Amino acid sequence: MVEADALVSAREEVLARLRAARDAGAPRGGVPPTPREYRRVGALAAGSAEVVDRLEETVTEYRAVVFRAAGPGDVPAVLASVLEGVGSVVVPPGLPTTWTDGLAVTVRRDDPPLSVPELDGLDAVLTGASVAIADTGTLVLAAGEPDQGRRAITLVPDHHVCVVDAAAVVSSVPEALARLDPTRPLTFVSGPSATSDIELDRVEGVHGPRRLDVVLVGPPRA
Amino acid sequence: MRIALVATCLGDAMFPQALKATVEILERLGHEVVFPSDQTCCGQMHVNTGYLDMALPLVRHHVEVFADAAEVAVAPSGSCVGCVRHQHAMVARRGGDEDLARAAEDLAGRTYELSELLVDVLGVTDVGAYYPHRVTYHPTCHSLRMLRVGDKPLRLLRAVRGLHLVELPDAEVCCGFGGTFAVKNAEVSTAMLADKMANVLTSGAEVCTAGDSSCLMHIGGGLSRLRSGVRTVHLAEILASTEDGTPARDIVFDTTEVGEGKGVHP
Amino acid sequence: MSSTDLGMPTTAPDGVGFLRGSEPFPAAAHRALADTQLRRNLGHATRTIRAKRAGVVAEVPDWEELRRAGEAIKADTMARLPELLEQLEASVTARGGVVHWARDATEANAIVAGLVRDTGADEVVKVKSIATQEIGLNEALAEQGITATETDLAELIVQLSDDRPSHFLVPAIHRNRSEIRDIFLRAMPGVDPDLTDDPRRLAMAARAHLRRKFLSARVAISGANFAAADTGTISVVESEGNGRMCLTLPDTLITVMGVEKVVPRWSDMEVFLQLLPRSSTGERMNPYTSTWSGVTPGDGPQTFHLVLLDNGRSNVLASEDGRSALHCIRCSACLNVCPVYERTGGHAYGSVYPGPIGAVLSPQLTGISGPDDPNASLPYASSLCGACFDACPVRIDIPNLLVQQRAASIAAHRTPTAQDLAMRTVAAAMVSPGRFRAAERVLGLGRFAGRSGRIRFLPYPGSQWTSARDAPAPPAETFRQWWKRTRS
Repeated sequence: MVEADALVSAREEVLARLRAARDAGAPRGGVPPTPREYRRVGALAAGSAEVVDRLEETVTEYRAVVFRAAGPGDVPAVLASVLEGVGSVVVPPGLPTTWTDGLAVTVRRDDPPLSVPELDGLDAVLTGASVAIADTGTLVLAAGEPDQGRRAITLVPDHHVCVVDAAAVVSSVPEALARLDPTRPLTFVSGPSATSDIELDRVEGVHGPRRLDVVLVGPPRA
Repeated sequence: MRIALVATCLGDAMFPQALKATVEILERLGHEVVFPSDQTCCGQMHVNTGYLDMALPLVRHHVEVFADAAEVAVAPSGSCVGCVRHQHAMVARRGGDEDLARAAEDLAGRTYELSELLVDVLGVTDVGAYYPHRVTYHPTCHSLRMLRVGDKPLRLLRAVRGLHLVELPDAEVCCGFGGTFAVKNAEVSTAMLADKMANVLTSGAEVCTAGDSSCLMHIGGGLSRLRSGVRTVHLAEILASTEDGTPARDIVFDTTEVGEGKGVHP
Repeated sequence: MSSTDLGMPTTAPDGVGFLRGSEPFPAAAHRALADTQLRRNLGHATRTIRAKRAGVVAEVPDWEELRRAGEAIKADTMARLPELLEQLEASVTARGGVVHWARDATEANAIVAGLVRDTGADEVVKVKSIATQEIGLNEALAEQGITATETDLAELIVQLSDDRPSHFLVPAIHRNRSEIRDIFLRAMPGVDPDLTDDPRRLAMAARAHLRRKFLSARVAISGANFAAADTGTISVVESEGNGRMCLTLPDTLITVMGVEKVVPRWSDMEVFLQLLPRSSTGERMNPYTSTWSGVTPGDGPQTFHLVLLDNGRSNVLASEDGRSALHCIRCSACLNVCPVYERTGGHAYGSVYPGPIGAVLSPQLTGISGPDDPNASLPYASSLCGACFDACPVRIDIPNLLVQQRAASIAAHRTPTAQDLAMRTVAAAMVSPGRFRAAERVLGLGRFAGRSGRIRFLPYPGSQWTSARDAPAPPAETFRQWWKRTRS
């Protein structure tokens, strides 16, 4: 290794350079405190019918498909219609069994963990979400949450069905981040995978799931 | 109000019509214009080409000439006022002259581009002008983004009797002048100019106006080369025009003979 | 490197990586301007993205407050960069990651190649990373017998056509759909010969081409958009899911990150996750953002290496004016609004950092060796129109940096150039009212040159002007003369 040959470690040298540079280029007036005058809380109350409606709009604009369930008791029936025609679905270890008990679908629980080729052979994945952001149409998956599981299960299957409880819906990005634990892997999902790499035109469906269905559980439309 | 005129080196030597028009407008509105005769140049060309050290004496000279000349100073040029307001103190500080930097900041706070002076300081939008032509307005980059003059020039133009204002497509895109850029990167500059001219022609205007003689020299130089039939006229000249006055000429590329001193504002 | 150099801010070394082109900007721009296909592709793409960005920025009522917060967080970061990096190192290490430090491109390439070799793999998948393009990592890995596959669609297009990236967000922005189809037909093994230029079909071809590689890859290499010092949380912001594939499925993840990408707090992400997507792809949020901290048992790569790269950044940090170039979050908004970039594309800048921000960052990373250094020409590749500042989500005053870097270019002149001498002469005249008036009188002689108000031809350097524009003849009387004649 290069480092072993040097009299001084790269770490010490880079840090010494940066310390010298930090002082040489220090702003004469000092660094002012960071102004945090932006909105910490969005316009719509977390968990409200209005914020859920806004989420439906923003998620739909990414060409994800949104379904509504009036309450937890309606989730199985909605899922049955969402997954109609789907042969197999993987679910995280702690997904409520009541969601899948009556489904006419082969349900594979990721416990013990499925291999990547096994995941590649399944049609869909069904999870919950930790937080959803209405301003941006974003769902956040936190790895290791019982109803969200490992990152790989929401990545390899081509169809992701995500159940979002109204209580998890916030208006703004700052509200969402305040609810999340940054020490576990997080995946922010805004619509199906997409690319704008060809003439800046957005095309949905590349390497991640090409189909994203979102089931919103909570108050009826405002 | 007593107002000191910053003629700008380019305006003084090449485009005196815009300056005469500025004097005419302000005097018509009842103000006193003074011309400090020791003035030379704000130093913008040196600053923007990177000769910051050479610009320092120019900044010092400008501040000395104008500090006590009048309450406020005006230049019919967005880019020169932009240099005074956003670069003079920087040049002074970089040269280690904090006193000059503070004096430059004081002067900068009292130095206005023409549309700013008229609308913000003097509180007028109708300056009593008459200009019966189809006009489009190019918001020059430094007026737009260094000074943030916003719609002040448009409000002044809308109040001109007889003037038909037409929209310029992609108005906020640079014309490609950029001072020495037009020479150092002449080909890119020309490509930008081509699009600006296309938009001016698309607008259907007979006259393209702006608050900077330099940008007008660039756009007008291209339009003249094409024999396009569109002329460039400084905003000040339009605002100075009246029913009984001499009509504003193409300030840059007039095809009339110039050797015999046929001026607009004798 | 001798011990006396220890601790001195240092520029990036020559001969490795892609921070400097081979010719000055005007020469490279000359060719780009003549490429009508390139001009059309760039015009279409930048116009599209400008409109999208404007729409999603306009709907954020606190956009200016977010910009000011982003600017301040970055300034604060730079003011305590070494401390934050040590904190980041401790956070990542505590969570099972291994942190490496690289003085420059050569050292970073050697570290990464060694780490890949240690796994026994001879293939890696890569997430788009400008830092690894900067250091020429793919080329260095190839020398070691390691094949690196780019997985971002645009990077794949660039790699398959043996091309160079020309944009931060869309490295193949200079290619249109039919060119991309031709590249795929020519260079993508097993591609459907009936492939059309429908973007959806092209994206599907890339999916099929890369899927087997993703599912079997053992080692991935990524960059980083942000790294929070307090929690050790790294973020990668992307669209296609290729990033998620690389960050999730392999056993080993190696992340190469410029030292300036650290941010003090995880909570600062609430600012950048609003600023970046809207400025970059012109969306409210990009499809996927992945964040991770060290290693998570049972989920994702079980070996994680973070390589912290200097490669000239200490030299940028040492300049009070210049260091704000390190605030850049690589959104590419300044490229998309720049009238120069729109007409020349990114290749004309030579460096992997094109456009307005590249014009002020590249010369600072490499230093400027003299008037013939191609990077000395970059700060002049701007009309100083200021559109870049308005678009910048962290309020980098690029026009001012351009002026400062022009001064740096001139300071590198060991002997005065013709331009230096001319500027000195003009400055001397302009500081003296007497000499200024005399100079004006000389200029006034020009009115005898012709009888019309326009000049069709001037000698060099005026010929650069009159190549496409008429020049005005000087007036019969200067303003000063008129004032004196009529007012005194």
